[in-house]
Parts: sequence; C-alpha cells; structure tokens
Amino acid sequence: MTDVAVVGFAEAPNERHSPATTNGVEMLVPIFQQVLQSTGLKKDDIGFWCSGSSDYLAGRAFSFVSAVDAIGAFPPVMESHVEMDGAWALYEAWLKILTGEAEIALAYGFGKSSAGNLRRVLALQLDPYLVAPLWPDSVSIAALQARLGIEAGMWTESDMAFVAARSRANARDNPAALRRAGVPGEEASAESELTTRCLSELLARPYVADPLRAHDCAAVTDGAAVVILAAGERARELCGRPAWITGFEHRIDSASLGARDLTSAPSAAAAGKAAGASRAQVAELHAPFTHQEIILRRALDLGDGLSINPSGGALCGNPMFAAGLARIGSAATEIINGRADVALGHATSGPALQQNLICVMEAQ
Amino acid sequence: MDQPLHAPLEISFDYTRSLGPTLSAFVTALAERRILGVRGWDGRVHAPPFEYDPVTGHPPDQFVEVGPGGTVVSWTWTDRPLDGQPLAHAFGWALIRLDGADTAMLHAVDARSADRMRTGMRVRPRWAANGGNGITDIACFEPDAAATADTSSTRAIAEAGELAPIGMITSPVRLSYDHTVSPGESSYLLALAEGRLIGQRCPVCAKVYVPPRGACPVDGVPTRDEVQLPDTGIVTTFCVVNVPFHGQKYPSPYVAASVLIDGADIAFQHLILGCPPDEVRMGMRVKAIWKPREEWDVGHNIDHFEPTGQPDAPYDSFAHHL
Repeated sequence: MTDVAVVGFAEAPNERHSPATTNGVEMLVPIFQQVLQSTGLKKDDIGFWCSGSSDYLAGRAFSFVSAVDAIGAFPPVMESHVEMDGAWALYEAWLKILTGEAEIALAYGFGKSSAGNLRRVLALQLDPYLVAPLWPDSVSIAALQARLGIEAGMWTESDMAFVAARSRANARDNPAALRRAGVPGEEASAESELTTRCLSELLARPYVADPLRAHDCAAVTDGAAVVILAAGERARELCGRPAWITGFEHRIDSASLGARDLTSAPSAAAAGKAAGASRAQVAELHAPFTHQEIILRRALDLGDGLSINPSGGALCGNPMFAAGLARIGSAATEIINGRADVALGHATSGPALQQNLICVMEAQ
Repeated sequence: MDQPLHAPLEISFDYTRSLGPTLSAFVTALAERRILGVRGWDGRVHAPPFEYDPVTGHPPDQFVEVGPGGTVVSWTWTDRPLDGQPLAHAFGWALIRLDGADTAMLHAVDARSADRMRTGMRVRPRWAANGGNGITDIACFEPDAAATADTSSTRAIAEAGELAPIGMITSPVRLSYDHTVSPGESSYLLALAEGRLIGQRCPVCAKVYVPPRGACPVDGVPTRDEVQLPDTGIVTTFCVVNVPFHGQKYPSPYVAASVLIDGADIAFQHLILGCPPDEVRMGMRVKAIWKPREEWDVGHNIDHFEPTGQPDAPYDSFAHHL
C-alpha cells in the first residue's frame, strides 16, 4: 500500500463573527497561500482538492461549492466535497492517493456558523420524524449526555472543569485559538493555574444547560483549516519529517439517541482499534464538550500520561466543519515539529459523538 | 469599506414527509393518543420505534403499546427556548423511558422550574389539542404530580384501528440568517444603487468580473481593482422562454440571455425585452434599461436590456465566452 503523509497544515484564526462571506473564500485564500508557501507547492501541483462544509451554515443551496473560487480552479481541477467536517474530505483525499489517481492532495474545511443560529441549525441533522420537529438544540443534547455520565459516577462536573482549564492553558501558544489562558482582556488568567481554587471558581459559574456551564461548551467560531497530503518520495521532498498515516478509520453509531449508551462511544472505540490508536503519544481529540473528551479518552484507551490537545482543542475554538480537520493537522504538526513520533487526530460528527474518525500518524 | 453590506435572510419551507409502514402505525397511534414501541431482535422494546433493527437491519414485526407515563432517565434545562421548540417558556429536555419500553424518547418536560427536574421523576404526556402530525401530537410531558385530575387526558381517544392510517406529516422548517456579501459585492451593490456598474479586475490575469466574486476563479486571489463599466454590451447566447411557471413576471415568450458588458470578461444573465424574441441574435448589441429612479433599491435597478440597433459584434469577438 502507498505511504501517504501529512506534509502541511494551516488554519485561519478563530473568530466569533467573521466579516467574511459564508462562501468561505475570504477565510480560505490566506491559508491556501500559507500552506502552499510552506511546502513550496504551486496550485497546479495539487492533483486533487476536497472540501468539507455545509450549505446549512449559509442558508443557501449550492453555496459551499463557491469556495472553489479560492482555489483558482481554471483550468478545471479534480475536486470533490462532502457535507461533513473536512476530516472526512481528508479521508477521501487519502483514498484518492491510494487509488493512484493523485500524488498530492489538499483537503480543506470551513464554516461561518455566525451567519445563523448553529444550535438550531444542528437540529436538522436529527431524525426528521421523531426528533427534529421538536428542534432540540445541540447543547441540550450534549447536556443530556453529560448528566448520564455524572449520575452513573463516570465523571464529575469538576473533572469536566479540569478539561476546560487544561485546554485553555495548552492554547496559550496557539495563535489560532479564541479562548486561551493569559490573553489580555480575557478573564481566563485564573484558569491557567490548575488549582482547586481555580476549579471551584469555574464551578461557581451558572449553568447554560444543566449540567453544562459555558466553559464546558466549545467556543463556536468562524474559521477554516487546510491539510496537504503527499505520497512516498514526494512527501519526503516536501517535508523534512512527514507525518505518515498508518491508520485511518471511521465508524458510526445509531442515530437513535434514546437507544444507544450515550456515555460511551463505540464507534470511536472501533475506529481507534482499527487504526491503532493505542500507540499514540499525543492525541488531538475533537471534543466540543468537556465530558466528551473524557468519553473519548476511555473509548480510545488513552493513558493518563498522554498529552491531550496540546493545541487547546475544539473547546478553545470550534470552527464548524474545520475543527476535526484541524485536530488532524495539529496532531501531524507534533510529528512534523519533532515533538512526537506517533500522534492521533480525531474528528466527530452528528449529535453526542455519533460518528467518529481516527487518523494515526507516525514519523519514519 | 470596513463592514460589507449584510441583510437578513429568512428561509422557510413546510416539508411534507411520507411515513413508511412503521412510522405510519406510530403516528396513527399518536393521533389516537396512544404510544407504540416495537420489539427488537434482542427483545428490547424501542419507543419511539425503529424502522430497521439496529442490530439485524430487519423491519419490526411486533408493535407494543407503551406508556403513556414514563420515567426520566436524564434531563437538562432550557432558560430561553429557541424558535420551534415545544414550549415558549423555560422548560426541561429529557430522555424519557416510557412504561414498558427499554429505550428512551427525547421530549420536553413542562416542569415550570429546574428545581423540579430530577432523574427518576415520573412524567406523562400532555396531548396537543389537534393531533395527526406525529411526535408533536405530544405537546410535551408534565410531571405526574402536576398532572390535572382529569385522567381522561391520559386515555386513548380512539379505539386502536379506529382512525384511518396517517401516511404523511408536515414539518415546517424556518431558519434565520444574517447574510453578508463580500467587499467586492458591497462596492458593486452600492454603485448599482447610484446607477453605475462596477467590475473588479484580477491583479494577476487582469480579467474584469461583473458582478465581482470573492476571488478570481482562475488565480484564486481577491479581485480588488475597481473598474467603471458602461451599461452597454452584447448578447453572447440566449434562450427563448416559452414555458409558463409559478412566479413568472413577464408573459412568455421572452428572452433570457447572457449579457457581456463592454469591458467585462464574464457575462451575466439578464432579460432582453423591447423587441420580438425571434429578432434576438448572438452578438446583438444591447443597452440597459433602468427602472424609474424612484423604484431603485440595492440590487434590481436594471429592469432589462434592449437592442441598440447598432451592427452586431463579430462572432470571433465573443466566441471564447461560449
């Protein structure tokens, strides 16, 4: 099987309300230029372009395909797109290289969710007969999941607050993150110290959806991410220390929220096992809620000593349809920059961790 | 310009959804004020029902009446309900295991106060006044203790099988957005509001786009150089609209055409009126006919294009646009 590696990654700064259009072009042009420059590639070198986003963020049919203008797609290019996080576009790009139809591929994801009300829009991904007509919002569904785990003794609100605090401390050095510890004007300086006093301060704050507090929920942002994949020798030419993909799997659980055990993520466990997740030294987990990071750690059997979300993760900036791809890109960066030999990137889709994708990469 | 133009964008549609055999039985039962579950391969009773068993993939072969009361297995609280949610005042969401079921149903609980929500509490349905439209026939659940003394509200209002099977439900969907245009589109629209046409030139290939795009589709870079354009041009290609359609403004036959403005490198769609449709030709020179000034707004100020009477543009001059 062909060796394929991540050789480049760039992400747009996470913004609460970008002035960009929902077409994504304004967010994408700078990071396309950045990633092509960092690899020395020209757009004509890219054999396959694949993107992930959703027209539901724009409220206009066929809107997200307009992002193709950011490519400069004339003469025509080989292109595909998926109504998913860009991580799944990356998966398709990986397959394209494996089938021999491209040597270098670029996957991108983007979303300007501030144009609409994301919590409402996401109700439309639920069962259209039995659930969506009630318009349950995404935060409430996550809250139902969080409470199940608390009352089963699987995690506590304090465990959840710890995840939030640790994430912000990690994000301190991530220029793309929205929430991070120690930023002037941010009242997060207390969160950079993981002390009991700090945790009880967080726990004193009001619920937004009992038992979830604001810090338990990802900061939903407008943003974009891009990853470049290359095969074999080309990867070695483009990057000093490519992040070679050794496992890439995704699985999905039942859509019926009341019929599956929401405190576990069997699809993450299955994808992780198939991809070799247990070998990872560092993991970037796409967990938009603090308790979901706990669920994923257990599903993937990641030890306590493992570094989780050195970028800060989705809690510090969750651009819809780009956050999962950004986890894979961030994990790859740990390898490319020599900080790890085996890294894992995870992406999720659907309510309450219904669908999960795992990408395991290593240095050679 | 710092802040591009933006405007509200509201979309709505009443989806009609046909029900298969399983959901038709479930929805018809709801109209009778009964709740059905189905038995899965593993013996578990699923309420609401599955259409295909999550383990075997088979459709259910056995319906089981469940509830109407149930037990809350998890809950949360919503202080400020969103549009379309079951209640307009603060309420709880819950996963409710109806009596006789092994799985839970997601619904709202009108507990009036978050203090009254707890896992293990007993709830029962409050039925909507008008049924026959699926899961919202249950307006919400309410705490058992708060339920009215009128126990007839929990009894089925029709014998099983009495109502004709319901085969369809209607699901209204309404979404609100704030649509922002690109900086180039902003300049274009503001100029159009003043009776001027503006194109934008790509700094790499020098092509002029009207209306402007976020980036040159050839070079992938923003096209920020503004170019003032005349309101004259040619027809590159066109079609004669003969078929009447809902919302039609002009009686057919009429001509919809690709109009290439003088100085632009890409055509846009517009109408050709003011001459019989069979006189429209590829290469025909046209000019914009603006609406009366008092009718101008941001966007639709050119009503249509009309022939100028000048000689047609030679084919070679626009062949590459076809």
